Amino acid sequence: MLTKIVRTVSNGFIPIIVIFGLYIIAHGHLTPGGGFQGGAVVVSGVVMLLVAFNSQELKKSLRERILSIMESSGALIFIGLAFAGIGTVFFYNLLVGSSIFGGIPPTGPNIGDIWTGGVIPLMNFAVGLKVIAGLTAVVLAIALFSGGEEVEE
Amino acid sequence: MMEHVPLDFPFIAAALLMGVSLYIIIFKKNLIKLIMGIAMLAAGVNLFLVALGYRAGGGAPIYTGVPKETMVMPVPQALTLTSIVINVAVLALMLTMVIRIYRHTGSLDSEKSRKLKG
Amino acid sequence: MDSLIYHSPALIVALPLVVAFAILLISRAGYRVRNIFSLVIFGLIAFLVAVLAVDVHSVGIRVYTFGATAAELALPGGYMVPVRIMFEVDGMSIFMGIIITTVTLAALIYSLHFLKGQTGQARFYSLMMLLYAGMMGLAFTGDMFNLFVFLEIASIAGAGLAAYRTNMADALEGGFKYIVVSAVSALLVLFAIGILYSQYNVLSIAALANYMQYTTLDMIALGLLGGAFVMKLAGVPLHMWAPDTYTVAPAGTTPMILAASYTSMYALYRITFTIYGAHIDSTAIGWIVIVVGVLSMFIGVMMAVHQTDIKRMMAYHAISQGGYMLLGVGVGLAVLANPVALASYGRDAINGGVFHIINHVFYKALLFMTAEAIFFRIGTRDTNKMGGLARNMKWTAVFYIIGALAISGIPPFNGFASKLLIYETVLKFNPVLAVIAMFVSLVTLASFVKVFYSAFTGPEMPAYREVREVPKSMIIGMAILAACVIFFGIFPGLIVDNLVAPATEALINQTPYINAVMGAVP
Repeated sequence: MLTKIVRTVSNGFIPIIVIFGLYIIAHGHLTPGGGFQGGAVVVSGVVMLLVAFNSQELKKSLRERILSIMESSGALIFIGLAFAGIGTVFFYNLLVGSSIFGGIPPTGPNIGDIWTGGVIPLMNFAVGLKVIAGLTAVVLAIALFSGGEEVEE
Repeated sequence: MMEHVPLDFPFIAAALLMGVSLYIIIFKKNLIKLIMGIAMLAAGVNLFLVALGYRAGGGAPIYTGVPKETMVMPVPQALTLTSIVINVAVLALMLTMVIRIYRHTGSLDSEKSRKLKG
Repeated sequence: MDSLIYHSPALIVALPLVVAFAILLISRAGYRVRNIFSLVIFGLIAFLVAVLAVDVHSVGIRVYTFGATAAELALPGGYMVPVRIMFEVDGMSIFMGIIITTVTLAALIYSLHFLKGQTGQARFYSLMMLLYAGMMGLAFTGDMFNLFVFLEIASIAGAGLAAYRTNMADALEGGFKYIVVSAVSALLVLFAIGILYSQYNVLSIAALANYMQYTTLDMIALGLLGGAFVMKLAGVPLHMWAPDTYTVAPAGTTPMILAASYTSMYALYRITFTIYGAHIDSTAIGWIVIVVGVLSMFIGVMMAVHQTDIKRMMAYHAISQGGYMLLGVGVGLAVLANPVALASYGRDAINGGVFHIINHVFYKALLFMTAEAIFFRIGTRDTNKMGGLARNMKWTAVFYIIGALAISGIPPFNGFASKLLIYETVLKFNPVLAVIAMFVSLVTLASFVKVFYSAFTGPEMPAYREVREVPKSMIIGMAILAACVIFFGIFPGLIVDNLVAPATEALINQTPYINAVMGAVP
């Protein structure tokens, strides 16, 4: 565990990093970014917490059961959204033209309306959830493992 | 200023990265160096893919507030992104296995960890 | 029913993914719920594969475009090249699909009881379903980048399964070797895909086959792809990972990793025959494939003879039998440009090579499962320590005999049918190769007889007096494969006409594959 200054500053920084990561996830269909990139940014914030605090401390707040449920539900939401279009074809974008995220953007350079894209922003959120949970579990497992203990089931 | 740099530079760099990493993978015995070699090979292939899409004088292929007329090709960027994600998973798996092998045999030498002969 | 057939390529790959992620949630309700859930959904997937097989053989190639307004609409109005991700199922793809599904069904039933007492059981089933989804995606894919993605999915899941028993150091080493070889070969495949994309600006296999002009860069890409896939299918000289990995994989997962190697062989054939088939100098490429095949046969069986570990010996035999398949298809490839020779023995050579894939996977899976059954009961794989097991493990001994006779090519088991096809056609091509093939078969029989004597017959050892037969679920898993071995041996003509001949036709003639996507090109 590092000094009190480092711990306090990381505690202050982590909301900013999480919000930045969520911004990248949410605007994935307009600007560069999307599910994996935003998730990796959030996990880099978690790594900052891991360095500032001990991995044992972090294990008390990030329980393995919650991470596993988050990861599985992220993947299931993604595949569920893909199955939702099975009336036409698997992965069909059925929300285009409807009220949720259903705008149709004009061709060519434009300002970028967030309520476009159909199913894609929702899939971005599902992938972001899965990436956050999965990479946090990996980073936590390797940190605990090098310290000499095992992560069970 | 960028027009004076020959357009082949990224390809030469990618070929250099791939050549050095193949040398490392084949000839080095330390397991961690082997993993570093695979990470370098991935970096070389990703650089090659991104450099494929470049069109001279092009800008980023996004429509939201972009000033330029010509754009670079976006498909190799999508391929590179998928490749980066897959390589993260592969490297995490390899690192976990190496930690466990080190726990069992106490050494990172790939010659010493050969328990099976023949 | 019609809509099930219509959506079946996507469902066959998507349902295992749903099972893989849902099992982590469902397994908190207890292991019986998990077993029933996975068996029911896998039964549905197997039914879909059977229905799709009947449809492809009767109607024709089935194209499934993801995200379009209709599944077969690969080229919507005004487009010149296909831009969406698609699956394209023809005779050879569904042939591999049938092999993979049967082996996974047997492995799933076999593993139900095997895992008692292990931790992380839910993750084991999850990895098995991921490996199945990766292999089926690799068999059904219609564009090159999906080939790379599914190849990596299958490799990661396979390495996780091989290193499952983390308390044993050699399991970790086997898994580590598998993931290193798979990572390097997949990165080389990605490099070759980059080269092909830079030339033609398309990623779809049918469009690449249409636009292919055989430039120097394309030759480099073919060399890279060939080398990468030979690494994945454990052909000599890049076979060093196979004995370690096949030996340590637990329960029924060794047959699945074996099926993954032969799905990489399918990917090699798909690229060589469909994309490059009309343009290459087929004699030269065919001879390269023949040389790799003969080397694999010979070195595999020579290394297998003096092994004492029963599964390691079977792994070397798997390398050697892979050489038979490469030999058969290589002979067919070498005479591809010569219509007289192709009609007289070339087509039968490819028939033999492709038929040997399904035969080999079935009897080798049976043999691996018997070896794991012995390990389950007595805890060792060393043949020097075994003895007299046939008294107590009657079913295992019977299945071992069936597998050993099948691999040596003894009638009426299925190895005889495909090996006879290979011998006859290779004899017409070049007699020396046929003599080598027959010699390898004799040495195979000798090594299996030696292991049978030391493991099953002989005086009963006092340590094994209380060894009982393996649980019923494991016997059912082995019995499914044994029934297939016997059935394919008694009716080989039926199988060759209905399953193998459409696959060979799909390989030799790539025009229907291209036309199904690009529309009839004049």
